[in-house]
Amino acid sequence: MPIKQISIFVENKPGRLALITSIIARHNIDIRALSIADTTDYGILRLIVNNPDNAVSALKDEGMTVSATEVLGIAIPDVPGGFASAIRALSDADISVEYAYAFISPEKGSAYVIIRVEDIEAASKALLGSGIKLIEQSEIFH
Amino acid sequence: MCNCFNPEIETASREYLRAVQSAGLIKMVYNCYNNVPFYKQKFDEAGIKPQDIRTVDDIGKLPFTVKQDLRDNYPFGLFAVPKEKLVRIHASSGTTGKQTVVGYTAGDIKCWSEGAARAIAAAGGTKSDTIHVSYGYGLFTGGLGLHYGAEMLGAVVIPVSSGNTARQVQILQDFGSNILCCTPSYAMFIGETLREMGVDPKTLPLRAGIFGAEPWSENMRKEIEKSLAITAYDIYGLSEIAGPGVAYECSEQAGMHICEDFFYPEVIDPDTLEPLPDGTYGELVFTCIGKEALPLVRYRTRDISALSHETCACGRTLVRMQKPRGRTDDMLIIRGVNVFPSQVEHVILSLGMEPNYQIVVERVNNLDTMTVQIEMSETLFSDSVRRIEETERKICGALQSTLGVSTAVHLVEPHTLPRSEGKAVRVIDKRKI
Repeated sequence: MPIKQISIFVENKPGRLALITSIIARHNIDIRALSIADTTDYGILRLIVNNPDNAVSALKDEGMTVSATEVLGIAIPDVPGGFASAIRALSDADISVEYAYAFISPEKGSAYVIIRVEDIEAASKALLGSGIKLIEQSEIFH
Repeated sequence: MCNCFNPEIETASREYLRAVQSAGLIKMVYNCYNNVPFYKQKFDEAGIKPQDIRTVDDIGKLPFTVKQDLRDNYPFGLFAVPKEKLVRIHASSGTTGKQTVVGYTAGDIKCWSEGAARAIAAAGGTKSDTIHVSYGYGLFTGGLGLHYGAEMLGAVVIPVSSGNTARQVQILQDFGSNILCCTPSYAMFIGETLREMGVDPKTLPLRAGIFGAEPWSENMRKEIEKSLAITAYDIYGLSEIAGPGVAYECSEQAGMHICEDFFYPEVIDPDTLEPLPDGTYGELVFTCIGKEALPLVRYRTRDISALSHETCACGRTLVRMQKPRGRTDDMLIIRGVNVFPSQVEHVILSLGMEPNYQIVVERVNNLDTMTVQIEMSETLFSDSVRRIEETERKICGALQSTLGVSTAVHLVEPHTLPRSEGKAVRVIDKRKI
């Protein structure tokens, strides 16, 4: 059920992001969603790709620092309040969201959101209990 | 103008000094041989008996001592006296986690304090003056060294210690400090603070400063003198020998007079170990002919200097040393604190990380800053910024506690720090002294 996201360390120097994305492109890896967490000295590039294992080895071979993390993916109605009800379900169950980012779904009328939480099992239960749909890796890439 | 605390010694004839030194050396050699197993062994190995030493000219027969010997005999293995005779312990950074420990008898404190008193007097200090001590008080010998020297002189001491610059300025203004004792970079910082606060230094009763514990240039001296409207004097010392006051500058500002009645100096070629003539730069070596608790024999300081036995225009006959011009090892001085790159390596390894690091030292707003660049690795990396920051904080905390000075940590891409065939370049020192 959880989705495998890859995270890459990016030092705050010109050209680093270009280098990383070119490696991914060269290995024919398809990015579906991305987010960059930034600090003063470095950033963490988070990607949802079609082949996370390939991506991890390709990047490691080129000397990048990469790790894979399990995250949750949810599908919410693309209307005002859609995201709020998902967050409320988590908050009611006392679950904190570390970070989240959204992207377009192929289905009209719904949006996908990637969420990182401390306890995936508890979060899944809370979301499903509130009728929120969880999505799989395969649903992101047809 | 002499301004001598002890004119009898400070302007003594070279013959008198030689006699004092020879007597001191003989007493010291017996003390070492009879009471310090390390020295008995070293003397026996070199085939030397205390009776072989008759004058200071025989000093070349004696073996050298290095910092590693202090480390190997941590903490009190080189002390020549029983605990009952000790009155003080000080310590300074060693190259790994362990400190270099030194001890003093009441007599040793007296010698050391006299060195500091001579320094204050040479800077124009008298018993009518107020001495503002902003060197750190504690295991570091800076604060207490100048403090006891000022007390011996009979002056008023204000034990301010370092930090809290606004309060330093308030004390300079309200308590009427006449002589400021601190590191030269801190003096620059105080000068800047005065400027920012709109205080004209010429309105202060401050006349002079005694600055040391870190290298500083003639240019920096001129800046400090202008910034604080004072005359700035240099002072030298190291805890292994005593503390600040081993050597001190006079009004001529042409080298520092060594208290050679207590600490006999030599300059040697660090490779051949042969003594070098006056005027030639080499490694400064001291023999503690006036000390009882830790009488180090021919201690190699790793400071590079040159000696001059010519009588100074101030009237003092005490030998002068040039301001140290670098070191024979890789020790850094950051905000007055001794730091060794190997300490950083030790911390990194003890945290289970790869020692792919580089130390960058800069001077920002007249204060030294130290940043340790560490390559990111699988073990350090986390998907969460919060966790990476926690790791950074842990590294900073470990460095602060081992080094005694706070550093910044900067994470860089793996394989971006230079690797080298031979000795890795661990330090980039961007300070222009």
